[in-house]
Amino acid sequence: MPQITYIDSDGNKHQVELPLGATIMEGAVQNDIKGIIAECGGSCMCATCHCYIAEDYLDKLPEMEEEEDEMLEGAVAPRTERSRLGCQVRISNALDGLVVEIPQEQ
Amino acid sequence: MLLPPLFPNIPPNSIPMKKNVIIIGAGHAGIQAAASLREEGFEGSICIFSEDADFPYQKPPLSKGYLDGSQQKNSIMFRSETWYENNQVELKLGELVEKVDVPQKTVHATSGEYAFDFLVFATGAYNRELPIPIKGTDQPLYLRTMKDADYLKQALDQEDVQDILVIGGGFIGLEIAAYAAKSGKKVTVVEYQPRLMQRVLPPMLSEHFAAKHQAYGVDLRMGVGVQDLTQDSKWLASLSTGETVTADQVIVGIGVLPSQVLAQEAGIRCSNGIEVNEYCETSAAGIYAIGDCALHPNPFAKGQMVRLESVQNAVDQAKAIASTICGKPTSYHQVPWFWTHQYNLKLQMAGLSEGYDQLLVRGDVEGDKFSVFYFKNNQLIAVDSINKPADHLQARKWIQASYTPDLEKLADDSIKLNEC
Ligand SMILES: Cc1cc2nc3c(=O)[nH]c(=O)nc-3n(C[C@H](O)[C@H](O)[C@H](O)COP(=O)(O)OP(=O)(O)OC[C@H]3O[C@@H](n4cnc5c(N)ncnc54)[C@H](O)[C@@H]3O)c2cc1C
Ligand code: FES
Repeated sequence: MPQITYIDSDGNKHQVELPLGATIMEGAVQNDIKGIIAECGGSCMCATCHCYIAEDYLDKLPEMEEEEDEMLEGAVAPRTERSRLGCQVRISNALDGLVVEIPQEQ
Repeated sequence: MLLPPLFPNIPPNSIPMKKNVIIIGAGHAGIQAAASLREEGFEGSICIFSEDADFPYQKPPLSKGYLDGSQQKNSIMFRSETWYENNQVELKLGELVEKVDVPQKTVHATSGEYAFDFLVFATGAYNRELPIPIKGTDQPLYLRTMKDADYLKQALDQEDVQDILVIGGGFIGLEIAAYAAKSGKKVTVVEYQPRLMQRVLPPMLSEHFAAKHQAYGVDLRMGVGVQDLTQDSKWLASLSTGETVTADQVIVGIGVLPSQVLAQEAGIRCSNGIEVNEYCETSAAGIYAIGDCALHPNPFAKGQMVRLESVQNAVDQAKAIASTICGKPTSYHQVPWFWTHQYNLKLQMAGLSEGYDQLLVRGDVEGDKFSVFYFKNNQLIAVDSINKPADHLQARKWIQASYTPDLEKLADDSIKLNEC
């Protein structure tokens, strides 16, 4: 199973293994990572699963749909080129070793 | 060994609260109340009773991702088991609260009697049952819990189940109809009102959704009632028009009623829901009601008493009472919002459109990408967006701030929304 490191909203690191196909948001909720709220349960409707992806993995991510792009514009923490919605990124083998940072605000 | 502080979020010089909170119900409202209490630094005990024995989960995916198989059980739970342990939130799953004694400040549950300082009704709502004669060995299907969803999915995914009758053209009935139609089933929807989702949508949006369902082969019968249901080798439904519909499965989604009997029997004031003030406090001091069960004065309905059945309402009311219990009286005043998915249509609603006197459409209606803006007395009161999440988020900000955009600019698609 791919290994993912979350840096939670307090700056603490958590290394976890996630099953293929799980989303970054689900992995955070199941592993009790502080800072991901996921109010809409992964429907790309709330932008409270905003996270920052480590630079070197950006090109390995599934492409962003227009919907996610628009929702990110409304996220509370500043949007950067590393911004994604955790519920829209599924874990693949290519993401083994990924580091995901959770913003302080959702 | 130095142990980490139990609740690291407590500001250093706040006075920790050491009282007992009992929460009845482990849906969005109950779980958020527990989480927000801890975030606010509440140090007393928190115990949640849930009649539902399943580990606490979110309901919206039950008619969406969970039904179509894209989301699994563990991807729709609110929190992990360790979260409850680490935050000392006690879960009593599969335990019904049978009685609340207001003067004694106790609840009676299956396993005994428990004392509280604060009590939170987060009891939600239950499905309205079809008020017609039903003859058969089986019952029509309803959807509210994970168990219902498991049963429904298993029933719908059977190959010999081809003809589906959905009674009720509201959100849940239509999401199920969309799933069945996409899976290649022959679906009939019978709706008593003259159009779909009439209670909350204007005619143009009802029609937009109706056209989409019809494009997927759904047979819509509007303004029609079902008079009785008989099960033989198939279900047979007789309609108010004199026609009949046959089906392998019948699914009913005709709305919900607030779970308020417990409160009522405890002498707490109830009507269409447990009545609360702007702090979500009931007629009994220290006892709150939040979420689907709470009849509350809503600032976005001009202070009228309303009951909202949405994640937003449950979550934001929970946050408000958590602050209040922690000594910072906080009234509930968040913009209502809601969403539904049917086929490629993702509808997001912000504000309450009831009573609008003017409406403006912006965007590409044929391309399923547009928003409807509602005004009352020249003030923006609500926005419904189809596949326009940016409009929805902008609308939430505007309505929360009581801002009304310039109508002429709004009508001009070439002007960006945030410049209106
Ligand atoms: C299929 C479905 C799809 C939905 N889709 C959406 C959507 O897309 N967007 C949206 O915003 N909302 C949606 N909703 C509505 C949303 O799920 C509810 O508004 C929300 O769950 C309300 O939360 P709640 O905590 O108030 O109540 P509930 O989630 O109903 O939880 C109340 C809980 O209290 C328990 N309980 C009641 N009485 C007792 C008792 N005496 N003792 C112990 N336990 C008790 C019940 O077992 C229940 O689990 C949907 C609902 C359903 C069913
Ligand atoms: S969980 Fe709501 S947008 Fe990701």
